[in-house]
Parts: sequence; structure tokens; C-alpha cells
Amino acid sequence: MQAALDNRHPQPDAVLCLRDIGKAYGPVQVLSQINVDIRPGEVLALLGENGAGKSTLSSIIAGVVQPDAGGSMTWQGQPYAPASPGAALGVGIGLIHQEIRLLAQLSIAENIFVGRLPMRFGRVDREYIEAQAQIQLQRLGLNVPASRKVEGLSVAAQQLVEIAKALTLKARLLILDEPTAALGGEETELLFQQVERLKAEGVSFIYISHRLEEIARIADRILVLRDGRQIALHASAQVPVRELVEQMVGRSLERIFPTLHAPKEHVMLQVKDLSCREFALHGIDFSVRAGEVFGIAGVVGAGRTELVRAIAGAAEDIQGHLQLDGQVRRLRTPCEAIQAGVVLVPEDRKQQGVVVEHRIEDNLVYGNTDLLDKSGWVIPSRLREFAQTAVARLGVKGAPQQRISSLSGGNQQKVIIAKWLARNPKVFILDEPTRGIDVGARAAIYEVIADLAAKGMAVIVVSSDLDEVLGLSHRVMVMSRGRQMGILARGEATPVSVMEMATA
Amino acid sequence: MDAKASVHQADLKPTRRPRLVKLLPSNIGGPLIGLALLVLVFSFSSEFFFSLRNGLNILDQVTVLGILAIGMTAVIVIGGIDLSVGSVLAFSMMMLGWLYQDQAVPLGFAIPISIATGMLAGLVSGALITYAKLPPFIATLTMMSVARGLANILTQGRQIVGYPEWFTNLATVRHFGFLSATVGLFLVMLVVAWVFLRFRAGGRNLYAIGGSPEVARLSGIKVRAITLWVYAVSGALAGIAAVTMAARLDSSQPSAGLTLELDAIAAVVIGGASLSGGVGSVGGTLVGVLIIGVLRNGLNLLGVSPFIQQVVIGVVIALAVTIDTLRRRSSTAR
Repeated sequence: MQAALDNRHPQPDAVLCLRDIGKAYGPVQVLSQINVDIRPGEVLALLGENGAGKSTLSSIIAGVVQPDAGGSMTWQGQPYAPASPGAALGVGIGLIHQEIRLLAQLSIAENIFVGRLPMRFGRVDREYIEAQAQIQLQRLGLNVPASRKVEGLSVAAQQLVEIAKALTLKARLLILDEPTAALGGEETELLFQQVERLKAEGVSFIYISHRLEEIARIADRILVLRDGRQIALHASAQVPVRELVEQMVGRSLERIFPTLHAPKEHVMLQVKDLSCREFALHGIDFSVRAGEVFGIAGVVGAGRTELVRAIAGAAEDIQGHLQLDGQVRRLRTPCEAIQAGVVLVPEDRKQQGVVVEHRIEDNLVYGNTDLLDKSGWVIPSRLREFAQTAVARLGVKGAPQQRISSLSGGNQQKVIIAKWLARNPKVFILDEPTRGIDVGARAAIYEVIADLAAKGMAVIVVSSDLDEVLGLSHRVMVMSRGRQMGILARGEATPVSVMEMATA
Repeated sequence: MDAKASVHQADLKPTRRPRLVKLLPSNIGGPLIGLALLVLVFSFSSEFFFSLRNGLNILDQVTVLGILAIGMTAVIVIGGIDLSVGSVLAFSMMMLGWLYQDQAVPLGFAIPISIATGMLAGLVSGALITYAKLPPFIATLTMMSVARGLANILTQGRQIVGYPEWFTNLATVRHFGFLSATVGLFLVMLVVAWVFLRFRAGGRNLYAIGGSPEVARLSGIKVRAITLWVYAVSGALAGIAAVTMAARLDSSQPSAGLTLELDAIAAVVIGGASLSGGVGSVGGTLVGVLIIGVLRNGLNLLGVSPFIQQVVIGVVIALAVTIDTLRRRSSTAR
């Protein structure tokens, strides 16, 4: 590890060499003294919390951002200073964003060649682009016609289309930014197979992910960043998870998951024979007690989100029987559910959780105006007081009048939780509570969740992160294809037993 | 991007604004400066411009547009658009004239009926948007055509002239030496709308809907019902504007309010609202309305031809929105 750090000269076998790369925005040094080489056909994992500089570093390599003077890069032995993403792509470096940027209404082939559509006799040469695109799709093991519209493709398939696009540009280095954030287990596996295959062809990867178990599986070496500095460069991916996490957060983690107290006897929520045609849910049967954290596991598309949306009144045409705090209830709209004491922290924070352009206090009061004043007045001083209390309760780092977009994902999530906590609900549902949130902030969210249960609420946690759902829940229900496969108690649920049920 | 976000966060420490400025919505500073500049320029270039008399004239001239723009503010805040208000105004206006002159309905009854007519038109637009799931642009575009047609059908395209004196006095007699009843009504509605949007739960919910309908729905806000009401109110305000205009013109004309919806949209947008929803204020809209009013009035006083006025107004709208967009971009998305 030290050898790699000290090596100031380009190595003959490296495709990309970074020397003393740094970047400052005004007085804030977001990246400094990065020295690393990327070898042909390797996967270099980039690890770090949000704000550690991963995105800045990959943006510099991909030409989105220019580094500060003093550093230098060489690409295949030549000096390399891309002025734009196009210039980077021109020499063979492609950045594939976390959020997919495909044009849904165009075909796969058109997406791959967009901006450089070849013309023949004054019209687009469809046959050529479709044939070329098909070759790349086959190379990636994606069995769909290139003439198909992108709309309706799975997220994993869209990711592969992005990769195919980079490959037609003869990319030799691909930067994947959180490629699996929206993928389920099977889809992730598919993506990894293709990464392996491209590696064998000599394509190099920079792989950014929060999921440590993935990194152990796919990476050859690991670069850990913290506060814009290079903390460690591991020559192998077989590094204990604990060591990596400690390097990322810079402190030793005694425990990630909080201790859970035993739930009460009182059954808070009972779901009997729930089904929903729209979401293909069948025969869901379970109950959650007061003070219990009930986990729901399964691969993406198993119907977990749909189930919790149905419980929270956000789905239509639901059959079945729902008992809340001993009373039979029909919750047909989110409004009815919230009034009855069932709240949902939705999976997609930016689309469903918060209005990103609005202030924290506004977001806190949407749906809570009745708490401020029964007759419907929203007095700014009372609003601020209400927001201050809600924010302080969960230790959100931010002032109420700040825009919520200025907060980190973890703090935004806390704002949503604080908003519903103010209503003192009976059933608190959290769908993917830590998606896109860095490791250090996750522990804080876990504390909050355990605390909700300790207050006597029935808590339902949906998560694709197995460790999370197992570490956090008293019991775990496993779902697959809209059905419930079984409910495991804390002791008997292991990653293996859950995965077996989820993929059965 | 992460790193940049954290820099941004540091910049966003709540800043202290002077007390007077605090009372204003945070985003109308730019348009307000623009309005002040316009007033300054016209004051120097026309001897008649800067007088109480002309100021009152401008208020009279913008009343109809202002009333429409109040409704348009709510519509744009929820992320919608209402292209029908000009036509609905004509329809309500013809309804008023037709009831009063052709059907001999007392004006005291005809006025509420014509306002209700506007409201009904708005309700239909709202229903097309919420239940038939038409995009607001299309739903109100169809209403624009239908209402204009109905306005003409009522009297076979004939205009109606002659209202009782007490009615026209509403727009012409200046009480206390300065305030006509219609301008008074406009000012009252401004205050009511301002209070509603800033201090009422119902008003705050409009911003939530415009910011993200899905977030609003999952927060328990009744998005569909509220959307329906916003369009109904926009239609009702078009009805009130119609009555105001009839009093001012002492007549009802089926061609009234042509392209007025575009002026209303322009005023709201000049006032800092975003057509994508979730942003906008009554204060800003008032400034936008006054900018359009002052511009028309000043150019008239200078004897500028109406054709050139159109060009100037277009350029001003483009300038105002461009500056606003640039300002917003520099303050948020770095």
C-alpha cells in the first residue's frame, strides 16, 4: 500500500496515472493530494462517505470538473487534461451516472448513438446503428432488440445500455457511480458478470458504491477517501468490512445497530389476506406489535414497496382486512391513513419525500398544518418554533429556513421522519430508509428507528440491504413476486436463509 | 457533486435581511427594482407621468388584469396554467349583459350569476384536469375555445351597451377623491389572496402541490380536490373581472379579454413565479401587473404606437424572466 502511495512516476503498465490531484471551491479544499494509478483490466473501488470527494475525483477524471493547478494526469502515457466530458470520452474514458440519463421515447440504438447519428442519403442510417448497437448489447449479454424503446426497460437493462453507449465510443475506462443503487440482487449479479467480461477484454473500471459486500465481490483494489484525502489504497479487495468502515468514517465503530427492546404484547397493526390487483399482491398476512420493528426483505420487484404503500393508503383497489390498534379500518387515501396514525417515509426521497426546492420548515409543515393551528392559520413564528422543535428532536444539522436541498441525504431523511414523528403516529413505515445515505449517517438513522419502536410505535422497515433489515428488526418477513414467503424471528434470520426465501 | 453540496450548505447560513425587506417575499426584489426603474425613466421622459392622477389611472387600467392575475398566481403555484381566463371573462361578461338586457334580470341577480358562470367554466377545466387527466394546457385551451364560442352564441356576436348609472359608477366614481369601488375591490382581493397564500394552511398546501404533487399526496394533502378548486376560483375571478370590465366600459363585448390570459401569465411570471410550480407570490404578481400597467401607460403618454408597445412588452418580459432565471441559478445550482 505504501509503495503505491509513494510512487511518484507513471508506471509503465498503468492506463491512467493521477499525480497530486486536488480541487478547491473557494476556501474549501474538497480534494487534495490524490496519487493513484489505474491498470488495464482492473476494477478500482472508490470508497468514502458522502462529501469524501469520490464524485469530485470521478468528475475530474471524466472531464466534468477541472483539477487545480499543481496536479497532473497521464492517460496511456500521454499528458491528459480533458476540458469537457466529450474530450474524456474522445480518448476513451466514460462516466456512467448514478441517475440514468437515457431518452425514454427513443430506441436503444438511437440512445447509444445520440448526438452522432450516422447519416446515409440524408437520413439516419437505422440499419447501421441498430446492427452496431445489437453487437454491443450481445457483448453485454442483454437480450433485447436494439430497435426497442428504452421506456419500460428495467433499471439494470438501462444501466447496461449506458455501458453499451460508452463501449461504442471505444471506452477503455468506465467510471460507474453507484451503479447498483437501484438494482436488486439478481440484476446486480447480471451487471457484475458483464463487468467481469469487459475486464477480461482489458477495460478498466472505477467503481463507486456504498455497498461494501459488493466491493469485496467485484473490486481488485480499493481506494478509501475521507474529507478529500487519500486514506488508504488496498492492494486487494479482501479487506475486513470493519476496517474499511473505520477508515471511511475515521473512528472505530463499536456497533452499527442499536440494541432493540422487547416489543409490547399489544398488537398495533394486523393485516389479513391483503391483496391488490394493481400491484399483484396476494394473501399478505401479518401483524406488528407496539414497540416492534418489523422488517420486510426481498429483491426489487417483490412487492415490498407496493405492500407498504397499500397499508399507507397510497394504493387503490385493495382487498383485505386491516386492523389498526384493535379497530378495523379502511385506509383509502394517504390523508385517511395519516389521520388514523399510519405514516410512510417513501423510498424515493427526492420524488416522493420532500419538495427539494422548498425550505425545511415548509417541508415539515406539509401535511402537518393541523398541528400548528386547528383553524388553519400558519403563523411564521409558530411555524419556525414548530420546525425548530421537530428538527432539534432528531438532531438535523440545518436551520428551518434553509432549503432542504442544501442538506445531506441523511439529514433530509431525518426531516421526513421528524415531520411524521410530530404527529405521534401509531404505525411508522420506512421504505429504504438509508438509500443513498453514507455509512456514518446510517447509524444515526438506525438509532432514530430503534427510538421510534421504544416510544411504542409499530415500525415497519423495508430494505434491500440485508444486513440492515436483519440488524434492525425483531422479525423479518420475506417477500417474493407479490407473495409473502415467510416470517423469520431475529434469531433464525440469516442472510442466507432470507436470500433463499427471497429468490425461491 | 457531494463536495459542492457541502460548500453550498456553508453559503446557505440564514442571512439577516433588513426589517423592511423582511416583510416582502424573498423573491420579488428583482422585479421591484425593474418597476422602480420604469417609473424613473417615464418620469423623466414624460411630464404627465409622475402625478397622483396618472397613478390612479394606472390602477384603474390594471384592475381587470390584476384580478385575473390573482387567480393565475394560484394556478401557476400549483404547477398548472389557465389559458381560458380571457375567454371565460368574455363569456361571463356576455352572460351579464344578456341576462340584464335581453332577459330583464335585475343586475343584482345577474352579477352573481355571471360570476358563477365563470366559476362553472373553471370547475369544468379543473374536472378535465383532475378526472380526465388532461394536461392543464390542453384542458384550458379547449375551455378557451368553448367559452369564447359561448360568449358569441349568447347574443349572436352582438355587443350589449348601456348599464345603469350606479353600476358604471362603481368603476368611475372615485370615493375619498381617489378610490373607485372596483380598484377597492381589487386591493381587498389582493390582501385576501396574500393572506391566504402566506398564512393559511390551504395556501401553503398549494405550494406543496406545485413543488411535487406526489409528495403532497403522500403528505395527506387532497391534491385532486384542491386542484379542482383552484381552477374554479380562477374562473370565478375571471367572472369578477368581467363584471369590473363591464362597469368600466359600460358595455359587454364578446371579443373582450382577447389574449388577456397571456398578460396575466406574463404578470405572474415577471413577479417571480415558476411555470413548473411551487414558487410564486401575490406580492410578486402585483409588481408584475404594475410593470405591465406602467409600461402601457408610459408608452401611451409618450405616443408610442401600439405595435411598438407590443414589441417593447415582449422584450421586457424576456428580460425580466432571463434576469430572474440567472439570479436564481447563481444562488442555487452552483
